[in-house]
Amino acid sequence: MARAGPPFLDTRGIIFLAILIAAAVLVPVMALAMPPGSFFHMPVYLVALFGKYLCFALLALALDLVWGYCGVLSLGHGAFFALGGYAMGMYLMRQIGSRGVYGNPDLPDFMVFLNWKELPWTWWGFSSFPYAMMMVLLLPGVLAFAFGWFAFRSRVTGVYLSIITQAMTYALLLAFFRNDMGFGGNNGLTDFKDILGFSVQAGSTRAALFSLSALMLAGSYLIARAITVSKFGKVLIAIRDAESRTRFIGYRVETYKLAVFVVSAMMAGAAGALYVPQVGIINPGEFSTTNSIEAVIWVAVGGRGTLVGAALGAVVVNFAKTWFTGVLPEFWLFALGLIFILVTLFLPKGIVGTMSQWTSRERRRAGGAPAAAE
Amino acid sequence: MKSAVRGLRGLALILGMAAALLAAPGSALADAADDILARFATDRFADTEKAIADLAGSGLPSASAILEALAANKLLFDPQERKIYIGAEGAPLIDAKTGAKADAADAAAMKRVRTNNAVRTALQAAQGALGLTSPDPVKRRSAAEAVYKARDPAQRAGVEAALAAEKDPQIRDIFSQARAAMIALDAQAPDAQKLEAIDVIRARASRDTISLLSAVANANKDRVKAAAEEASAALQARQALWSHVQNIWYGLSLGSVLLLAAIGLAITFGVMGVINMAHGEMVMIGAYTTFVTQEWIRTHNPALLDYSLLFAVPLAFLVTGAVGVAVERSIIRFLYGRPLETLLATFGLSLILQQAVRTIFGANNREVSAPAFMSGSFEWGGLAITSGRMWIIVFALLVFTALQLLLRATPFGLRMRAVTQNRRMASAMGIDTNRVDALAFGLGSGIAGVAGVALSQIDNVSPNLGQSYIIDSFMVVVFGGVGNLWGTLVAGLTLGVANKFLEPFAGAVLGKIALLVFIILFIQKRPRGLFALKGRSVEA
Repeated sequence: MARAGPPFLDTRGIIFLAILIAAAVLVPVMALAMPPGSFFHMPVYLVALFGKYLCFALLALALDLVWGYCGVLSLGHGAFFALGGYAMGMYLMRQIGSRGVYGNPDLPDFMVFLNWKELPWTWWGFSSFPYAMMMVLLLPGVLAFAFGWFAFRSRVTGVYLSIITQAMTYALLLAFFRNDMGFGGNNGLTDFKDILGFSVQAGSTRAALFSLSALMLAGSYLIARAITVSKFGKVLIAIRDAESRTRFIGYRVETYKLAVFVVSAMMAGAAGALYVPQVGIINPGEFSTTNSIEAVIWVAVGGRGTLVGAALGAVVVNFAKTWFTGVLPEFWLFALGLIFILVTLFLPKGIVGTMSQWTSRERRRAGGAPAAAE
Repeated sequence: MKSAVRGLRGLALILGMAAALLAAPGSALADAADDILARFATDRFADTEKAIADLAGSGLPSASAILEALAANKLLFDPQERKIYIGAEGAPLIDAKTGAKADAADAAAMKRVRTNNAVRTALQAAQGALGLTSPDPVKRRSAAEAVYKARDPAQRAGVEAALAAEKDPQIRDIFSQARAAMIALDAQAPDAQKLEAIDVIRARASRDTISLLSAVANANKDRVKAAAEEASAALQARQALWSHVQNIWYGLSLGSVLLLAAIGLAITFGVMGVINMAHGEMVMIGAYTTFVTQEWIRTHNPALLDYSLLFAVPLAFLVTGAVGVAVERSIIRFLYGRPLETLLATFGLSLILQQAVRTIFGANNREVSAPAFMSGSFEWGGLAITSGRMWIIVFALLVFTALQLLLRATPFGLRMRAVTQNRRMASAMGIDTNRVDALAFGLGSGIAGVAGVALSQIDNVSPNLGQSYIIDSFMVVVFGGVGNLWGTLVAGLTLGVANKFLEPFAGAVLGKIALLVFIILFIQKRPRGLFALKGRSVEA
């Protein structure tokens, strides 16, 4: 066991987990048990909105794992998110059964509309929940494995890697826009009815999905934390800071990168899967390159390489987005653009990174031992 | 029976024409003309039909105007005087024969010369025949083309007469092809003549020729059929070849667009190593500069409208170049050596620029009109070339050459390359690296703006214009090899041509996906592109 490494859970992590668990418990109570009109009552739409934030936070956490700790700036994480979302969406489509507009028991509405006679092989098994959940993790994982296998072995790094990840999500965007793919074309998958027998519209389902998102985020945080404080994580940081040196010491850099890339992609897929039933739709727009870059800015705002910061950044930026699009819709893009510029110029460590810098400075001034660098 | 009638009509027409040629100008002609024109006033279709044919052959200068008026339902007649006039409601009457104003005529007494299908058919034939002898070569040419397409045996005599009189070799060719088409389809013509005709038709390589030849093959037997089939097959093979050439042309056209969009990026990304995600927005600003320039010229000096693009090019360069320098000084210079941060900051910048343009100009597409010399199209061999596309290819190559010259043959280019290769050494030699950085970024942005002028001609000028090019541009630069303009040229044109060749097999979208996947795989194999820089500067 490493002696001087940071504790498995530091104060920041404990607070983060406490908040998540409290939210997972309190939000359903506030949404369901409190009478409408009560100060503590939370309307269902807010539950779905916060649930959405948590999914984004999970995506940001996944991205932070590869970017913040391994220096791999993926501009294609939105693709993993969307793939997970599509896997969940396909399960939800199969659950509609004969309740669609055309009442076809086997085919989703859009296939009936396209005059298809039978379900394409890609949809095989998606009526089973366990299979669909497996696919939620497998699809992004396999894509990340295949992509990373090639990219990391041939030592595509830095900007080039970013550009080809962007090309990857762009190619998927174009592909999913095609009706022939059999995933609903540009309309995507929507009109979901129920999940595991519970109506997706019901307040209780929404609350349960919210709690699940919070717990999933907490669990993923624990996994990510376990990775980053382990010896494996130390190697990742070494790769981030001096890739060639790490390689020369004798580590198989590409294996480390590939492993963390796949784990991160699976987390992103899980985030997408939780996202879809809460917003009720998945369409190819989720593959757009803008989405992936936006996810990167969440991480940058919160603080890369801090995990908690990534999640915080996702919530803060998306809250700002909700607020702006409600109050000053014209100015949201100005604001988002400014966030991008100001954060990179003036806040390179992000909110959490800057805060920990302050606290460690305070502690040093107070004469305490220097805090371990993150 | 019917064809015999039509043949007679054609004969009458020719006789009329011959008569017109022979007849001495003067009173005899005038009397004959009065007789013909009087027949329009009998209000009987048969008379009208005959009058049309005779009029076409009369050589009367106003004949074509009269026929045009009849076609437009503007030909009137006076039942009492049996004279005809041209006039529409509300417009002054014109004496059909002389073309002079007929103030004395009583408009109220006039009746319209009526037409039916037979009259209209005769009218078309007569107009075609008139066109064949028109003094205007352009009209003769289009009349000849029309006759070739119609292949109406009734017109054969007219075509033969016109052929004998024609001096222009190109129009002669069309006439003889039209005549050949009629002979080849004529059941009575001897085989030897038909074979000759097929040879004449072959010379004309167009799609309708193939259908004509197959019609000939179906209508004939033995040698003629074989010859027609052989000619048709040869033409089809030729056409397949031309369609490949056409594909290459389309590919070059697309490639030149890619080249234009990417070449500015080749400077900022390739030479300076700056990831400029706002590059597409520079292109967009260039396009909007074009729009503003054109609007200004339209309101202040419409005479110059056709030259608006010539003004827009330097203006777009200056505007986007200035934006580029400002961006470099205010954002990018703080981020040198941090490419990923640069990427994020410039992406933010692209959002701001998009929204700013949307706020100023609205979210709708703006229309930029094409100048006269860029609209229209022409054929070259079997190749259909639109002028706009051709000019964009020319323009892309011009921009490329100018940029290459600037980098290779000017002191500024030398300094820029020096800074690129070894910043500290260049600085030690007294080069103001900050200045060079700013100017180089301005240059890259300015070139993007110039590209925007060209793209405004083929794409919608909207705030999203830039977004659609940014990924393609990066692909081109990365594929071609960073830091190498030749690589960008080759990559742009290659990707363009490859895209057009994939399209027929895979469809536009799948073709594009295939290319993206190809580039992703290609980068694995050659991480530094087609034309990689070698030497120490690579790792720096």
